[in-house]
Amino acid sequence: MDMTRIDNTPRQAATGRSAVTVRGLVKHYGETKALDGVDLEVREGTVLGVLGPNGAGKTTLVRCLSTLITPDAGQATVAGYDVLKQPRQLRRVIGLTGQYASVDEKLPGWENLYMIGRLLDLPRKDARRRADELLERFSLTEAAKRPASTYSGGMRRRLDLAASMIGSPTVLFLDEPTTGLDPRTRNEVWQEVKRMVADGVTVLLTTQYMEEAEQLASELTVIDRGKVIASGRIDELKARVGGRTLRIRPVDPLQLRPLATMFDELGLTGLATTIVDSETGSVLVPILSDEQLTAVVGAVTARGITIASISTELPSLDEVFLSLTGHKASAPQGATPTNSREEVAV
Amino acid sequence: MSAATVTPPDVVSDAPIPLRSHLRHTGALIRRNLLWIRQDPESMFDAILFPVIFTLLFVYVFGGSIGQSLGGGQQAYVQYVVPGLMAMMGMNMAQGVGTGFNTDFNSGVMDRFRSLPIGRGSVLFAKIAVEVMRMLIATAVLMVVGVLVGFDITNWPGLFASVGLSALFGSALMWVFLTLGVIMKSAQSVQAMGFLVLMPLQFGSSIFAPTKSMPGWLQNFTAYNPLSALADAARGLMVGGPVAHGLWVTLGWSFALTVVMAPVAIHKFRTKS
Repeated sequence: MDMTRIDNTPRQAATGRSAVTVRGLVKHYGETKALDGVDLEVREGTVLGVLGPNGAGKTTLVRCLSTLITPDAGQATVAGYDVLKQPRQLRRVIGLTGQYASVDEKLPGWENLYMIGRLLDLPRKDARRRADELLERFSLTEAAKRPASTYSGGMRRRLDLAASMIGSPTVLFLDEPTTGLDPRTRNEVWQEVKRMVADGVTVLLTTQYMEEAEQLASELTVIDRGKVIASGRIDELKARVGGRTLRIRPVDPLQLRPLATMFDELGLTGLATTIVDSETGSVLVPILSDEQLTAVVGAVTARGITIASISTELPSLDEVFLSLTGHKASAPQGATPTNSREEVAV
Repeated sequence: MSAATVTPPDVVSDAPIPLRSHLRHTGALIRRNLLWIRQDPESMFDAILFPVIFTLLFVYVFGGSIGQSLGGGQQAYVQYVVPGLMAMMGMNMAQGVGTGFNTDFNSGVMDRFRSLPIGRGSVLFAKIAVEVMRMLIATAVLMVVGVLVGFDITNWPGLFASVGLSALFGSALMWVFLTLGVIMKSAQSVQAMGFLVLMPLQFGSSIFAPTKSMPGWLQNFTAYNPLSALADAARGLMVGGPVAHGLWVTLGWSFALTVVMAPVAIHKFRTKS
């Protein structure tokens, strides 16, 4: 039986209609402005990534939208329901997977799902069947009877996701769904989220990882200290923050500075300033397109410089922030070029 | 398969949650709390051991001397203290409710409950229902131990009436401790607070000894101390003696605590971030 279409009439993906609308949302905790006038929008059937460091207000945002806390000002609607005026209807159409597993650790996996089914007013028979189905879908059938406290981190997240799916929500909030998971488990969770999205669920996902946002989200809102500092399609934002970074390590460390100078003088359109990373003995070149990548690698070959290693990396959260807040990521290194060269030479 | 039954309606009603749904939700949460006990049977130790230890301690340590002042030795004291201890069962369980709920509240699953379209009181009602069950088990154990040390049940209807009365007062007191459990930061502080409040109520009462020999001001206190009133009423109902004053004072306290504290507890639970 095809689990992905168990519960819903086919949903229209990405209609352009807004599933989540947030306008000027404010939440203060004493002096701290956890949310300081946030605006954002999630279109139906899409995934919005909300990227930000710890304490940026991501969790507060999710808690406001899932009616766990009341905002101090502003408006928000989820699936057309107002968070302040229609909390009860809103709760029926959302799913929430919190940063800390929101399952009852003392209960077996099956009992967790059955309980939520009953709390969502499913008749006993349906609640039982739904629990079985979702355990199967999230590969937890074998652990059905064990208390959730005995589950591994990945299993617990999967149970958490399964619990969020019981009521076939139209909007799903995932608050840092993979924080604290190892890379393999993280990948598992991503696969599950992708399946949910394929089912037509609209997802608002908070994360600290650019990579996670790129894997799952089509659009991105970057927040810092309760404020939106950038938003748009992922590829647009990536272009603004320099897309990928090419890391080139020459065999001869003395070639570092000449390499950097060469790239700066190459005059490729839009090629940002290169960075000399003397600690690892490599040059970092922000790359916007495959053409640029090819051109840069071609130039290195033309010069006859022997390369020990070459790799592309996504910008880290720090780099994204530095770019978006107007500080060039290269500023610190660029300020002390002589020193880095000397360190390398020694 | 009839998958369609699971589909949420496109238009969700904003009608109040019907009573049947409330009962269903509370039932699901009671099941949760009962499964905890099955998962961790040791959590029943207090309900079972507490009445055993208290009955044996009081009967054999104080029984002789207090019994003498009652004019009948240890056996007279058994008849006196067993109904008193019954009054204590509700109090004991109530105290545990606060600490248990505080721990529970700080766990992630509360966020899930609060994000579900259920009446938030259901979570609290379920907790109280299960604690009252535990209290009834503790009371049954007390009666068995009581009979073993010589308690003579002379009035069965009176016995059941007293069990009902102490369950009523116990559940009223649980609202107070649920409120503490929600508003206080840690389980330890809930426990300390409970101890501070209940200690004087427990010993400044007629639970363990007659109040006749106490100073006047303390007698005034015990006359309206709900635990004292409950103990007196239970005593009157089970082994004979005056019932009316104790009964009314207990009913009054139970009613007042429930009417005031239940909405406070639910409100605090609803609005806590």
